[in-house]
Amino acid sequence: MIAVLDYGIGNLRSAEKALLKVGADARLVTDPDEAALADAIVLPGVGSFGACVSALRNSGMHHVLYDAIAQSKPLLGICVGFQMLFSESEESPGVAGLGIMDGAVLQMPTKEKLPQMQWNRLNVLHPDTSLMFRNLKSEELWFYFVHSYAAYPIGGLENPTVAAYCDYGGDVVAAIESGCLWATQFHPEKSGTSGLALLSRFVAFCEGVRQ
Amino acid sequence: MGRVVKGTQFVDLQDAGDPVALSKFYELHGADELVFLDITASSDERKTIVDVVRTTADEVFIPLTVGGGIRSVADAEIMLRSGADKVAVNSAAIARPDLISEIAERFGNQCVVVAADVKRGDVGQSSCSGFEIYTHGGRRPAGIDALEWVKQAESLGAGELLITSMDRDGTKDGYDIELLTMIREVTSVPVIASGGVGTLEHFLEGAQAAQADALLAASVFHFGQIAIEEVKEYLASNGLGVRPPRT
Repeated sequence: MIAVLDYGIGNLRSAEKALLKVGADARLVTDPDEAALADAIVLPGVGSFGACVSALRNSGMHHVLYDAIAQSKPLLGICVGFQMLFSESEESPGVAGLGIMDGAVLQMPTKEKLPQMQWNRLNVLHPDTSLMFRNLKSEELWFYFVHSYAAYPIGGLENPTVAAYCDYGGDVVAAIESGCLWATQFHPEKSGTSGLALLSRFVAFCEGVRQ
Repeated sequence: MGRVVKGTQFVDLQDAGDPVALSKFYELHGADELVFLDITASSDERKTIVDVVRTTADEVFIPLTVGGGIRSVADAEIMLRSGADKVAVNSAAIARPDLISEIAERFGNQCVVVAADVKRGDVGQSSCSGFEIYTHGGRRPAGIDALEWVKQAESLGAGELLITSMDRDGTKDGYDIELLTMIREVTSVPVIASGGVGTLEHFLEGAQAAQADALLAASVFHFGQIAIEEVKEYLASNGLGVRPPRT
């Protein structure tokens, strides 16, 4: 079972429904004990970094994430669910993130409008080895973004965990892939067939890990 | 279940089909986003739109904006929990502008689309630009200038502006480029152009002459006169960056 963590923010229904659409046994989970039993975790996030982190901590579900990392359970962070993996964000100074990834979350230094609220095309960094993006054609690499802040892992695009980036008046990290930890700045659950294809790859990866 | 309808200048509504089936069709054919505007929006009919949003969001995986009858943070929350990604506010925000900031603070600016129905009139006391805001599905003049309203909406936290020209709505005469250009000049939030598209050239005018960030069309798609793929191919061949439709 894949647990989509429901910690009381925004539209989480789409993430659950998109996973169901690609054949996953997914459900919205509000109880940390139930989430701890899942084979894999999806951490969605919309709204501000601070609001998401405090809602997550209040729900007690942050422990589930640390346990998932320790147990090498597949984890997919989406949007602010990606940003929360870092220890802090410029959006909400003084609010401690999860500290699972090294780097910073900063407002995008771009002359373009903020938020970036559009479909954008990804550039895949390791097309031969990326489980997320292997063998996709460029017209299949359009995904939907809504964000003003972005993750800057240490080393930038040279960081081996960075799987893809997009251009928004500068390079923006769009996805990371580090063993069992996957995360996207875009919303796969809102990216039509491309998004469903990515979720389907995550589900297949989870099944592979479980066996 | 609700129906999709489309009028001309907000009246003479024609039936255009089942909203869920149409949504799936448009997603398949390359629509980048969908907008539902509930034009009944009386309290006893609210449940209908919630059901439509829910059923659509279960099967359609592109961004969905829902408007019509959003009067409170609680109304917005119901739509977002049902599967909408953004809510559009119109009459209720004009009656009580703080509604914009309340929804923006709770769910983020990116969630709040301020929809404005705009009609040309005389330059006068209620409108110094000659473009006036109407509410209640275009039935009531609000006595507010369109440019003043969008500036206020932006300052309160609107994440996007959906600007519908009532004069052009359903006419297929093209977007009101003058209106959209004036709106563009006074705000920096994304503008969705709406009302009047009848040809491929009109889409290009909306993007280039009016500098709109997003192009909305209803009639030409609902009644099969133009396919979304044609629009995208035409815009791409004119040098615009568009997500290619699936072949």
